Amino acid sequence: MIKSLSDSQGEMQRRPLTAAGFDEYLAEHKLAGTRCTACGALYLPPRAICPTCQSSALEWVELAGRGTLAAFTSIFVGPSAMVAQGFDRKNPYVSGVVALEEGPAISARIVGVDANQPEIAWIGTSLVVTFLDKGEGDAKQTTLAFQPADA
Amino acid sequence: MTVRKLGRGVAVVGVGISKFGAFTDKTSRDLFVEAYLELRTTVDKGMEPAAIEALYLGNFSSDLFEGQGHTAPIMADAVGLPQIPAMRVEDACASGGIALRQGVMAVASGMHDVVLVGGVERMTRLPTAQVTDTLGAAADVLYEIPAGFTFPGLYAAIATAYMHKYGMAPEHLMNVALKNHENGALNPKAQFGVTIPDWMQGRITAAQRKGKPVPTWADPMEFLHDDAANPMVAWPLRLFDCSPVTDGAACLLLVDAERAHEYTDNPVYIIGSGHASDAPLHGRADMTTLGAARSAAAAAYAQSGVSAADIRMAEVHDCFTIAEVIATEDLGFFAPGTGFKAAEDGVTARDGARPINTSGGLKAKGHPVGASGVAQVVEVFKQMRREAGPRQLQGDVPLAVTHNVGATGSTCVVHVYERRD
Repeated sequence: MIKSLSDSQGEMQRRPLTAAGFDEYLAEHKLAGTRCTACGALYLPPRAICPTCQSSALEWVELAGRGTLAAFTSIFVGPSAMVAQGFDRKNPYVSGVVALEEGPAISARIVGVDANQPEIAWIGTSLVVTFLDKGEGDAKQTTLAFQPADA
Repeated sequence: MTVRKLGRGVAVVGVGISKFGAFTDKTSRDLFVEAYLELRTTVDKGMEPAAIEALYLGNFSSDLFEGQGHTAPIMADAVGLPQIPAMRVEDACASGGIALRQGVMAVASGMHDVVLVGGVERMTRLPTAQVTDTLGAAADVLYEIPAGFTFPGLYAAIATAYMHKYGMAPEHLMNVALKNHENGALNPKAQFGVTIPDWMQGRITAAQRKGKPVPTWADPMEFLHDDAANPMVAWPLRLFDCSPVTDGAACLLLVDAERAHEYTDNPVYIIGSGHASDAPLHGRADMTTLGAARSAAAAAYAQSGVSAADIRMAEVHDCFTIAEVIATEDLGFFAPGTGFKAAEDGVTARDGARPINTSGGLKAKGHPVGASGVAQVVEVFKQMRREAGPRQLQGDVPLAVTHNVGATGSTCVVHVYERRD
Protein backbone atom coordinates (compact mmCIF):
# COMPACT_ATOMS: atom_id res chain seq x y z
CA MET A 1 0.00 0.00 0.00
CA ILE A 2 1.50 3.29 -1.09
CA LYS A 3 1.08 5.96 1.54
CA SER A 4 -0.10 9.35 0.35
CA LEU A 5 1.95 11.95 2.18
CA SER A 6 -0.66 14.54 1.30
CA ASP A 7 -3.41 12.70 3.20
CA SER A 8 -1.42 11.75 6.26
CA GLN A 9 0.24 15.10 6.72
CA GLY A 10 -2.07 17.89 5.55
CA GLU A 11 0.69 20.45 5.88
CA MET A 12 2.77 18.61 3.31
CA GLN A 13 0.04 18.77 0.73
CA ARG A 14 1.41 22.17 -0.06
CA ARG A 15 5.00 21.00 -0.31
CA PRO A 16 5.93 21.91 -3.89
CA LEU A 17 6.44 19.20 -6.52
CA THR A 18 10.06 20.21 -6.94
CA ALA A 19 13.53 18.83 -6.34
CA ALA A 20 13.63 20.89 -3.13
CA GLY A 21 10.49 19.10 -1.97
CA PHE A 22 12.13 15.75 -2.69
CA ASP A 23 15.25 16.79 -0.79
CA GLU A 24 13.16 17.86 2.23
CA TYR A 25 11.61 14.39 2.39
CA LEU A 26 15.05 12.84 1.90
CA ALA A 27 16.34 14.84 4.88
CA GLU A 28 13.41 13.39 6.87
CA HIS A 29 14.51 9.93 5.72
CA LYS A 30 11.50 9.41 3.51
CA LEU A 31 11.72 8.24 -0.10
CA ALA A 32 9.06 10.36 -1.78
CA GLY A 33 7.71 10.01 -5.29
CA THR A 34 4.74 11.60 -6.98
CA ARG A 35 1.50 9.98 -8.09
CA CYS A 36 -0.88 11.26 -10.73
CA THR A 37 -4.29 11.67 -9.10
CA ALA A 38 -5.91 11.47 -12.55
CA CYS A 39 -4.46 8.22 -13.93
CA GLY A 40 -2.62 6.75 -10.93
CA ALA A 41 0.81 6.59 -12.59
CA LEU A 42 3.67 6.74 -10.12
CA TYR A 43 6.93 8.66 -10.60
CA LEU A 44 10.38 8.82 -9.08
CA PRO A 45 12.12 11.22 -9.57
CA PRO A 46 9.08 13.34 -8.78
CA ARG A 47 7.25 15.06 -11.61
CA ALA A 48 4.86 18.01 -11.72
CA ILE A 49 3.27 16.92 -15.01
CA CYS A 50 2.21 13.34 -15.77
CA PRO A 51 3.81 12.12 -19.04
CA THR A 52 1.19 9.36 -19.25
CA CYS A 53 -1.95 11.53 -19.24
CA GLN A 54 -0.52 15.08 -19.14
CA SER A 55 -2.41 15.92 -15.94
CA SER A 56 -0.80 18.39 -13.57
CA ALA A 57 -2.67 17.01 -10.55
CA LEU A 58 0.08 15.01 -8.84
CA GLU A 59 0.62 14.34 -5.16
CA TRP A 60 3.52 13.27 -3.02
CA VAL A 61 3.55 9.62 -1.94
CA GLU A 62 5.96 7.73 0.27
CA LEU A 63 7.57 4.70 -1.34
CA ALA A 64 8.40 1.57 0.64
CA GLY A 65 12.11 1.78 -0.19
CA ARG A 66 12.40 -1.82 -1.34
CA GLY A 67 13.65 -2.92 -4.73
CA THR A 68 16.24 -4.84 -6.69
CA LEU A 69 19.55 -3.84 -8.24
CA ALA A 70 19.04 -3.34 -12.00
CA ALA A 71 22.49 -2.00 -12.99
CA PHE A 72 25.54 -0.80 -11.11
CA THR A 73 29.21 0.09 -11.21
CA SER A 74 32.10 0.32 -8.84
CA ILE A 75 33.68 3.73 -9.40
CA PHE A 76 37.45 4.06 -9.06
CA VAL A 77 37.76 7.58 -10.51
CA GLY A 78 35.06 9.77 -8.99
CA PRO A 79 33.88 13.34 -9.35
CA SER A 80 35.43 15.93 -7.05
CA ALA A 81 32.51 15.71 -4.58
CA MET A 82 33.24 12.01 -4.02
CA VAL A 83 37.01 12.52 -3.98
CA ALA A 84 36.45 15.09 -1.21
CA GLN A 85 34.75 12.32 0.79
CA GLY A 86 37.88 10.18 0.54
CA PHE A 87 36.97 7.95 -2.40
CA ASP A 88 39.73 7.09 -4.88
CA ARG A 89 41.36 4.19 -6.74
CA LYS A 90 42.16 2.46 -3.47
CA ASN A 91 38.76 3.20 -1.99
CA PRO A 92 36.09 2.81 -4.70
CA TYR A 93 32.34 3.14 -4.15
CA VAL A 94 29.27 1.68 -5.82
CA SER A 95 26.52 3.55 -7.67
CA GLY A 96 23.53 1.82 -9.18
CA VAL A 97 20.06 1.93 -10.61
CA VAL A 98 17.45 0.42 -8.30
CA ALA A 99 14.15 -0.92 -9.64
CA LEU A 100 11.62 -0.22 -6.88
CA GLU A 101 8.85 -2.66 -6.10
CA GLU A 102 6.26 0.03 -6.90
CA GLY A 103 7.61 0.27 -10.49
CA PRO A 104 9.87 3.30 -10.95
CA ALA A 105 13.67 3.04 -10.91
CA ILE A 106 16.12 5.52 -9.39
CA SER A 107 19.85 6.19 -9.29
CA ALA A 108 21.37 5.76 -5.84
CA ARG A 109 24.51 4.95 -3.92
CA ILE A 110 24.77 1.24 -3.10
CA VAL A 111 26.31 0.52 0.30
CA GLY A 112 26.97 -2.60 2.33
CA VAL A 113 28.72 -4.32 -0.59
CA ASP A 114 32.46 -4.70 -1.27
CA ALA A 115 33.25 -2.12 -3.96
CA ASN A 116 36.61 -3.81 -4.55
CA GLN A 117 34.95 -7.10 -5.48
CA PRO A 118 32.07 -6.24 -7.82
CA GLU A 119 30.23 -9.18 -9.36
CA ILE A 120 27.68 -9.26 -12.15
CA ALA A 121 25.63 -11.61 -9.94
CA TRP A 122 24.76 -8.61 -7.76
CA ILE A 123 22.13 -7.69 -10.33
CA GLY A 124 18.74 -8.75 -8.99
CA THR A 125 19.84 -8.44 -5.35
CA SER A 126 17.02 -7.37 -3.02
CA LEU A 127 17.76 -3.95 -1.55
CA VAL A 128 16.31 -1.65 1.09
CA VAL A 129 16.63 2.12 1.28
CA THR A 130 19.04 3.83 3.64
CA PHE A 131 19.87 7.50 4.06
CA LEU A 132 23.42 8.85 4.25
CA ASP A 133 23.57 12.04 6.30
CA LYS A 134 26.47 14.47 6.12
CA GLY A 135 26.92 17.67 8.11
CA GLU A 136 24.66 19.25 10.71
CA GLY A 137 21.86 21.83 10.81
CA ASP A 138 21.48 23.89 7.65
CA ALA A 139 24.58 22.24 6.19
CA LYS A 140 23.05 18.79 6.52
CA GLN A 141 22.87 16.87 3.25
CA THR A 142 21.18 13.53 2.81
CA THR A 143 22.10 11.12 0.03
CA LEU A 144 19.77 8.39 -1.17
CA ALA A 145 21.32 4.95 -0.85
CA PHE A 146 20.29 1.30 -0.83
CA GLN A 147 21.82 -1.72 0.87
CA PRO A 148 21.27 -5.47 0.59
CA ALA A 149 18.03 -6.45 2.33
CA ASP A 150 19.68 -9.43 4.01
CA ALA A 151 22.59 -7.42 5.43
CA MET B 1 5.65 7.53 -37.62
CA THR B 2 5.10 10.36 -40.06
CA VAL B 3 7.81 10.26 -42.71
CA ARG B 4 8.78 13.70 -43.89
CA LYS B 5 11.07 14.28 -46.84
CA LEU B 6 13.74 16.97 -46.90
CA GLY B 7 12.39 20.10 -48.59
CA ARG B 8 15.34 19.99 -50.99
CA GLY B 9 18.57 18.06 -51.29
CA VAL B 10 21.63 18.81 -49.15
CA ALA B 11 25.22 18.04 -50.10
CA VAL B 12 28.53 18.09 -48.25
CA VAL B 13 31.18 19.59 -50.55
CA GLY B 14 34.08 20.24 -48.18
CA VAL B 15 35.35 19.07 -44.80
CA GLY B 16 38.08 20.06 -42.38
CA ILE B 17 39.41 18.65 -39.14
CA SER B 18 42.12 19.85 -36.79
CA LYS B 19 44.68 17.52 -35.32
CA PHE B 20 43.03 15.91 -32.26
CA GLY B 21 45.04 15.72 -29.05
CA ALA B 22 46.07 17.61 -25.92
CA PHE B 23 47.46 21.05 -26.74
CA THR B 24 48.51 23.53 -24.08
CA ASP B 25 48.99 26.26 -26.67
CA LYS B 26 45.77 26.07 -28.73
CA THR B 27 42.47 27.71 -27.79
CA SER B 28 39.11 26.71 -29.28
CA ARG B 29 39.41 29.37 -31.91
CA ASP B 30 42.87 28.19 -32.95
CA LEU B 31 41.49 24.67 -33.34
CA PHE B 32 38.48 25.88 -35.29
CA VAL B 33 40.64 28.00 -37.61
CA GLU B 34 42.86 24.97 -38.22
CA ALA B 35 39.84 22.87 -39.23
CA TYR B 36 38.39 25.63 -41.40
CA LEU B 37 41.67 26.24 -43.24
CA GLU B 38 41.73 22.54 -44.12
CA LEU B 39 38.12 22.70 -45.28
CA ARG B 40 39.03 25.46 -47.74
CA THR B 41 41.56 23.12 -49.39
CA THR B 42 39.08 20.24 -49.79
CA VAL B 43 36.49 21.95 -51.99
CA ASP B 44 37.48 20.56 -55.40
CA LYS B 45 36.46 23.56 -57.49
CA GLY B 46 37.27 26.10 -54.81
CA MET B 47 35.00 28.14 -52.61
CA GLU B 48 34.30 31.78 -52.00
CA PRO B 49 34.22 32.35 -48.23
CA ALA B 50 31.83 35.24 -48.80
CA ALA B 51 29.27 32.72 -50.07
CA ILE B 52 28.91 31.22 -46.57
CA GLU B 53 25.58 32.42 -45.23
CA ALA B 54 25.50 31.02 -41.69
CA LEU B 55 27.38 29.02 -39.06
CA TYR B 56 25.91 26.26 -36.88
CA LEU B 57 28.41 25.39 -34.18
CA GLY B 58 28.37 22.36 -31.89
CA ASN B 59 29.99 23.07 -28.55
CA PHE B 60 29.16 21.52 -25.19
CA SER B 61 30.76 23.81 -22.69
CA SER B 62 33.39 26.33 -23.67
CA ASP B 63 31.95 28.27 -20.71
CA LEU B 64 33.18 25.72 -18.17
CA PHE B 65 36.19 24.43 -20.11
CA GLU B 66 37.63 27.80 -21.12
CA GLY B 67 35.55 30.50 -19.45
CA GLN B 68 34.27 31.56 -22.87
CA GLY B 69 30.56 31.65 -23.56
CA HIS B 70 28.77 32.98 -26.65
CA THR B 71 31.11 30.87 -28.74
CA ALA B 72 29.48 30.87 -32.18
CA PRO B 73 30.08 34.52 -33.17
CA ILE B 74 33.61 34.23 -31.74
CA MET B 75 34.31 31.32 -34.11
CA ALA B 76 32.66 33.02 -37.09
CA ASP B 77 34.81 36.07 -36.47
CA ALA B 78 37.94 33.93 -36.09
CA VAL B 79 37.47 32.48 -39.58
CA GLY B 80 36.90 35.90 -41.10
CA LEU B 81 33.10 35.82 -41.26
CA PRO B 82 32.22 38.22 -38.44
CA GLN B 83 28.77 39.18 -39.67
CA ILE B 84 27.07 35.96 -40.71
CA PRO B 85 24.34 34.59 -38.44
CA ALA B 86 26.13 32.21 -36.10
CA MET B 87 24.51 30.02 -33.47
CA ARG B 88 25.85 27.56 -30.96
CA VAL B 89 24.06 24.27 -30.46
CA GLU B 90 24.35 22.37 -27.18
CA ASP B 91 23.16 18.81 -26.70
CA ALA B 92 26.08 17.47 -24.68
CA CYS B 93 28.29 15.12 -26.72
CA ALA B 94 25.72 15.19 -29.53
CA SER B 95 26.19 18.96 -29.99
CA GLY B 96 28.09 18.45 -33.25
CA GLY B 97 25.53 16.10 -34.76
CA ILE B 98 22.71 18.41 -33.76
CA ALA B 99 24.56 21.39 -35.27
CA LEU B 100 24.74 19.36 -38.48
CA ARG B 101 21.01 18.75 -38.30
CA GLN B 102 20.42 22.52 -37.96
CA GLY B 103 22.57 23.07 -41.03
CA VAL B 104 20.65 20.40 -42.93
CA MET B 105 17.34 22.00 -41.96
CA ALA B 106 18.59 25.46 -42.97
CA VAL B 107 19.59 24.27 -46.45
CA ALA B 108 16.69 21.83 -46.96
CA SER B 109 14.18 24.52 -46.04
CA GLY B 110 15.62 27.03 -48.47
CA MET B 111 16.55 29.42 -45.67
CA HIS B 112 20.18 29.23 -46.78
CA ASP B 113 22.06 27.81 -49.78
CA VAL B 114 25.54 27.56 -48.29
CA VAL B 115 26.26 27.01 -44.60
CA LEU B 116 29.22 26.14 -42.43
CA VAL B 117 28.66 23.47 -39.79
CA GLY B 118 31.31 23.27 -37.10
CA GLY B 119 32.11 21.65 -33.81
CA VAL B 120 34.79 22.50 -31.29
CA GLU B 121 35.84 21.62 -27.76
CA ARG B 122 38.98 22.41 -25.83
CA MET B 123 38.96 20.12 -22.82
CA THR B 124 42.49 19.46 -21.60
CA ARG B 125 43.00 22.88 -20.03
CA LEU B 126 41.18 21.64 -16.91
CA PRO B 127 42.55 19.02 -14.51
CA THR B 128 40.94 15.57 -14.89
CA ALA B 129 38.66 15.85 -11.83
CA GLN B 130 37.20 19.11 -13.16
CA VAL B 131 36.77 17.58 -16.62
CA THR B 132 34.82 14.77 -14.93
CA ASP B 133 32.66 17.33 -13.13
CA THR B 134 32.10 19.37 -16.30
CA LEU B 135 31.07 16.33 -18.35
CA GLY B 136 28.86 15.31 -15.41
CA ALA B 137 26.80 18.43 -16.07
CA ALA B 138 25.39 16.56 -19.09
CA ALA B 139 23.83 13.97 -16.77
CA ASP B 140 20.86 14.58 -14.46
CA VAL B 141 22.56 16.69 -11.82
CA LEU B 142 19.64 16.39 -9.39
CA TYR B 143 19.30 12.61 -9.35
CA GLU B 144 22.24 10.90 -11.13
CA ILE B 145 25.19 12.94 -9.91
CA PRO B 146 24.23 12.81 -6.18
CA ALA B 147 24.26 9.00 -6.56
CA GLY B 148 27.98 9.33 -7.30
CA PHE B 149 27.66 8.58 -11.01
CA THR B 150 30.25 9.75 -13.51
CA PHE B 151 29.94 9.24 -17.27
CA PRO B 152 32.23 6.21 -17.24
CA GLY B 153 30.09 5.05 -14.30
CA LEU B 154 26.79 5.46 -16.16
CA TYR B 155 28.09 3.56 -19.18
CA ALA B 156 29.57 0.95 -16.85
CA ALA B 157 26.08 0.50 -15.35
CA ILE B 158 24.73 0.05 -18.89
CA ALA B 159 27.47 -2.54 -19.43
CA THR B 160 26.45 -4.50 -16.32
CA ALA B 161 22.80 -4.57 -17.42
CA TYR B 162 23.96 -5.79 -20.86
CA MET B 163 26.35 -8.39 -19.42
CA HIS B 164 23.62 -9.71 -17.16
CA LYS B 165 21.06 -9.94 -19.95
CA TYR B 166 23.27 -11.26 -22.76
CA GLY B 167 26.20 -13.02 -21.10
CA MET B 168 28.86 -10.66 -22.41
CA ALA B 169 32.19 -10.59 -20.54
CA PRO B 170 34.37 -7.46 -20.09
CA GLU B 171 36.93 -9.15 -22.38
CA HIS B 172 34.52 -8.80 -25.29
CA LEU B 173 34.68 -5.03 -24.97
CA MET B 174 38.45 -5.11 -25.38
CA ASN B 175 37.92 -6.21 -29.00
CA VAL B 176 36.29 -2.84 -29.67
CA ALA B 177 39.27 -0.98 -28.21
CA LEU B 178 41.78 -3.10 -30.15
CA LYS B 179 39.93 -2.51 -33.43
CA ASN B 180 39.46 1.23 -32.98
CA HIS B 181 43.08 1.81 -32.02
CA GLU B 182 44.12 -0.22 -35.06
CA ASN B 183 42.06 2.17 -37.22
CA GLY B 184 43.24 5.25 -35.34
CA ALA B 185 46.84 4.28 -36.00
CA LEU B 186 46.10 4.90 -39.70
CA ASN B 187 44.53 8.32 -39.10
CA PRO B 188 47.09 11.15 -38.93
CA LYS B 189 44.53 13.38 -37.15
CA ALA B 190 43.93 10.86 -34.35
CA GLN B 191 44.93 11.60 -30.76
CA PHE B 192 46.20 8.03 -30.39
CA GLY B 193 47.94 7.11 -33.63
CA VAL B 194 49.19 3.83 -32.24
CA THR B 195 47.78 0.30 -32.03
CA ILE B 196 47.40 -1.34 -28.62
CA PRO B 197 50.05 -4.00 -29.47
CA ASP B 198 52.47 -1.19 -30.39
CA TRP B 199 51.48 0.69 -27.24
CA MET B 200 52.26 -2.43 -25.20
CA GLN B 201 55.60 -2.88 -26.95
CA GLY B 202 56.41 0.77 -26.31
CA ARG B 203 55.90 0.22 -22.58
CA ILE B 204 58.19 -2.81 -22.65
CA THR B 205 60.87 -0.94 -24.59
CA ALA B 206 60.66 2.05 -22.25
CA ALA B 207 61.05 -0.21 -19.20
CA GLN B 208 64.09 -1.87 -20.75
CA ARG B 209 65.64 1.48 -21.61
CA LYS B 210 65.13 2.86 -18.11
CA GLY B 211 66.39 -0.33 -16.48
CA LYS B 212 63.01 -0.85 -14.76
CA PRO B 213 61.32 -4.25 -14.28
CA VAL B 214 60.22 -5.37 -17.74
CA PRO B 215 56.52 -6.30 -17.97
CA THR B 216 55.83 -9.86 -19.07
CA TRP B 217 52.56 -9.44 -21.01
CA ALA B 218 52.25 -12.39 -23.38
CA ASP B 219 49.79 -10.61 -25.69
CA PRO B 220 47.65 -7.47 -25.90
CA MET B 221 44.76 -9.13 -24.05
CA GLU B 222 47.05 -9.80 -21.10
CA PHE B 223 48.21 -6.17 -21.26
CA LEU B 224 44.56 -5.03 -21.20
CA HIS B 225 43.89 -7.19 -18.13
CA ASP B 226 46.78 -5.65 -16.19
CA ASP B 227 45.43 -3.35 -13.47
CA ALA B 228 48.61 -1.27 -13.59
CA ALA B 229 48.72 -0.86 -17.39
CA ASN B 230 44.97 -0.58 -17.89
CA PRO B 231 43.49 0.57 -14.57
CA MET B 232 39.84 0.22 -13.65
CA VAL B 233 37.89 3.47 -14.07
CA ALA B 234 34.35 2.27 -13.35
CA TRP B 235 33.97 -1.49 -13.18
CA PRO B 236 33.73 -3.21 -15.62
CA LEU B 237 35.21 -0.37 -17.73
CA ARG B 238 38.95 0.22 -17.69
CA LEU B 239 41.02 3.07 -19.07
CA PHE B 240 41.17 1.54 -22.56
CA ASP B 241 37.37 1.22 -22.60
CA CYS B 242 37.08 5.02 -22.36
CA SER B 243 37.50 7.71 -24.99
CA PRO B 244 40.13 10.29 -24.04
CA VAL B 245 39.87 13.94 -23.04
CA THR B 246 40.61 15.83 -26.24
CA ASP B 247 41.08 19.24 -27.83
CA GLY B 248 39.86 19.43 -31.41
CA ALA B 249 37.58 20.92 -34.02
CA ALA B 250 35.93 19.92 -37.30
CA CYS B 251 33.78 21.64 -39.91
CA LEU B 252 31.73 20.93 -43.02
CA LEU B 253 30.49 22.98 -45.96
CA LEU B 254 26.85 22.16 -46.74
CA VAL B 255 25.18 23.42 -49.90
CA ASP B 256 21.89 23.12 -51.76
CA ALA B 257 22.27 19.83 -53.69
CA GLU B 258 21.34 21.51 -56.95
CA ARG B 259 24.34 23.78 -56.59
CA ALA B 260 26.74 21.07 -55.43
CA HIS B 261 28.30 20.75 -58.90
CA GLU B 262 29.56 24.33 -58.59
CA TYR B 263 31.84 23.07 -55.81
CA THR B 264 32.72 19.51 -56.74
CA ASP B 265 31.94 16.64 -59.05
CA ASN B 266 32.00 14.31 -56.03
CA PRO B 267 29.54 15.57 -53.43
CA VAL B 268 28.30 13.47 -50.55
CA TYR B 269 24.55 13.83 -50.16
CA ILE B 270 22.79 13.86 -46.79
CA ILE B 271 19.55 12.01 -47.48
CA GLY B 272 18.15 11.44 -44.02
CA SER B 273 18.25 13.02 -40.57
CA GLY B 274 16.79 11.61 -37.36
CA HIS B 275 16.89 13.05 -33.85
CA ALA B 276 15.29 11.81 -30.64
CA SER B 277 15.52 12.34 -26.89
CA ASP B 278 15.04 10.16 -23.85
CA ALA B 279 14.82 10.25 -20.05
CA PRO B 280 17.91 9.79 -17.86
CA LEU B 281 19.11 6.19 -17.61
CA HIS B 282 17.01 5.29 -14.55
CA GLY B 283 13.87 6.43 -16.36
CA ARG B 284 14.12 3.82 -19.13
CA ALA B 285 12.45 0.43 -19.30
CA ASP B 286 15.50 -1.20 -20.94
CA MET B 287 19.05 -0.09 -20.15
CA THR B 288 20.68 -2.38 -22.75
CA THR B 289 19.58 -0.24 -25.71
CA LEU B 290 19.33 3.49 -26.38
CA GLY B 291 15.71 4.19 -27.27
CA ALA B 292 16.65 7.59 -28.70
CA ALA B 293 19.15 5.91 -31.04
CA ARG B 294 16.53 3.46 -32.26
CA SER B 295 14.03 6.28 -32.84
CA ALA B 296 16.58 8.54 -34.54
CA ALA B 297 17.77 5.69 -36.77
CA ALA B 298 14.21 4.75 -37.73
CA ALA B 299 13.47 8.37 -38.66
CA ALA B 300 16.69 8.76 -40.65
CA TYR B 301 16.22 5.48 -42.51
CA ALA B 302 12.58 6.29 -43.29
CA GLN B 303 13.46 9.73 -44.59
CA SER B 304 16.24 8.22 -46.74
CA GLY B 305 14.17 5.31 -47.97
CA VAL B 306 16.98 2.91 -47.06
CA SER B 307 17.33 0.18 -44.45
CA ALA B 308 20.13 -0.87 -42.14
CA ALA B 309 21.06 -3.71 -44.48
CA ASP B 310 21.93 -1.18 -47.23
CA ILE B 311 24.52 0.67 -45.12
CA ARG B 312 28.15 -0.06 -46.00
CA MET B 313 29.88 1.64 -43.05
CA ALA B 314 29.12 3.74 -39.98
CA GLU B 315 30.85 6.15 -37.66
CA VAL B 316 29.20 5.58 -34.27
CA HIS B 317 29.45 7.23 -30.87
CA ASP B 318 31.95 4.98 -29.07
CA CYS B 319 32.54 7.24 -26.07
CA PHE B 320 32.98 3.90 -24.27
CA THR B 321 33.48 0.46 -25.79
CA ILE B 322 30.05 -0.71 -24.59
CA ALA B 323 28.50 2.27 -26.40
CA GLU B 324 29.82 1.01 -29.76
CA VAL B 325 28.43 -2.49 -29.16
CA ILE B 326 24.98 -1.08 -28.38
CA ALA B 327 25.16 1.46 -31.24
CA THR B 328 25.68 -1.30 -33.80
CA GLU B 329 22.55 -3.00 -32.47
CA ASP B 330 20.47 0.18 -32.23
CA LEU B 331 21.33 1.04 -35.85
CA GLY B 332 19.93 -2.34 -36.88
CA PHE B 333 23.21 -3.89 -38.04
CA PHE B 334 23.10 -6.70 -35.48
CA ALA B 335 20.32 -8.22 -33.39
CA PRO B 336 20.05 -7.15 -29.73
CA GLY B 337 22.63 -9.00 -27.66
CA THR B 338 24.86 -9.94 -30.62
CA GLY B 339 26.87 -6.75 -31.23
CA PHE B 340 29.71 -7.89 -28.99
CA LYS B 341 29.98 -11.14 -30.93
CA ALA B 342 30.14 -9.21 -34.22
CA ALA B 343 33.03 -7.20 -32.80
CA GLU B 344 34.75 -10.39 -31.65
CA ASP B 345 34.31 -12.01 -35.07
CA GLY B 346 35.82 -9.05 -36.92
CA VAL B 347 32.58 -8.09 -38.67
CA THR B 348 33.13 -4.45 -37.65
CA ALA B 349 36.80 -4.32 -38.71
CA ARG B 350 37.88 -2.48 -41.86
CA ASP B 351 37.93 -5.74 -43.81
CA GLY B 352 34.70 -6.99 -42.23
CA ALA B 353 31.19 -6.94 -43.66
CA ARG B 354 30.17 -3.85 -41.65
CA PRO B 355 33.13 -1.60 -40.85
CA ILE B 356 32.53 0.61 -37.82
CA ASN B 357 34.62 3.64 -36.89
CA THR B 358 37.29 3.42 -39.58
CA SER B 359 38.52 6.81 -38.29
CA GLY B 360 39.48 5.23 -34.97
CA GLY B 361 36.22 6.46 -33.48
CA LEU B 362 35.95 8.63 -30.40
CA LYS B 363 38.03 5.97 -28.68
CA ALA B 364 41.27 6.42 -30.64
CA LYS B 365 40.71 9.51 -32.76
CA GLY B 366 39.72 11.41 -29.62
CA HIS B 367 36.51 12.94 -28.29
CA PRO B 368 36.43 16.74 -28.17
CA VAL B 369 32.79 16.45 -27.23
CA GLY B 370 31.20 19.26 -29.27
CA ALA B 371 33.28 18.40 -32.34
CA SER B 372 32.80 14.63 -32.41
CA GLY B 373 29.49 14.59 -34.28
CA VAL B 374 31.00 16.77 -37.00
CA ALA B 375 34.28 14.85 -37.16
CA GLN B 376 32.29 11.67 -37.89
CA VAL B 377 31.09 13.25 -41.14
CA VAL B 378 34.67 14.09 -42.11
CA GLU B 379 35.47 10.36 -42.10
CA VAL B 380 32.33 9.43 -44.06
CA PHE B 381 33.18 12.10 -46.67
CA LYS B 382 36.72 10.75 -47.05
CA GLN B 383 35.67 7.10 -47.23
CA MET B 384 32.90 7.78 -49.76
CA ARG B 385 35.25 9.80 -51.97
CA ARG B 386 38.04 7.22 -51.60
CA GLU B 387 40.32 9.74 -49.88
CA ALA B 388 40.89 7.84 -46.61
CA GLY B 389 44.46 6.82 -47.44
CA PRO B 390 45.78 3.69 -45.71
CA ARG B 391 42.46 3.09 -43.93
CA GLN B 392 40.40 3.32 -47.13
CA LEU B 393 37.75 0.60 -47.35
CA GLN B 394 37.79 -1.83 -50.26
CA GLY B 395 35.09 -1.26 -52.86
CA ASP B 396 32.48 1.47 -53.09
CA VAL B 397 30.78 3.12 -50.14
CA PRO B 398 27.41 4.10 -51.63
CA LEU B 399 25.63 4.55 -48.27
CA ALA B 400 26.92 5.39 -44.80
CA VAL B 401 25.60 6.46 -41.41
CA THR B 402 26.73 8.63 -38.52
CA HIS B 403 25.37 8.09 -34.99
CA ASN B 404 26.09 10.75 -32.35
CA VAL B 405 24.90 10.48 -28.74
CA GLY B 406 24.47 13.00 -25.92
CA ALA B 407 24.94 11.74 -22.36
CA THR B 408 23.75 8.12 -22.01
CA GLY B 409 21.34 8.54 -24.89
CA SER B 410 19.19 11.42 -23.66
CA THR B 411 19.97 12.71 -27.14
CA CYS B 412 20.76 10.78 -30.28
CA VAL B 413 21.11 12.05 -33.83
CA VAL B 414 21.56 9.84 -36.90
CA HIS B 415 22.33 10.92 -40.46
CA VAL B 416 22.39 8.88 -43.68
CA TYR B 417 24.81 9.76 -46.50
CA GLU B 418 24.76 8.79 -50.16
CA ARG B 419 27.40 8.87 -52.86
CA ARG B 420 26.02 8.97 -56.41
CA ASP B 421 27.93 8.15 -59.57
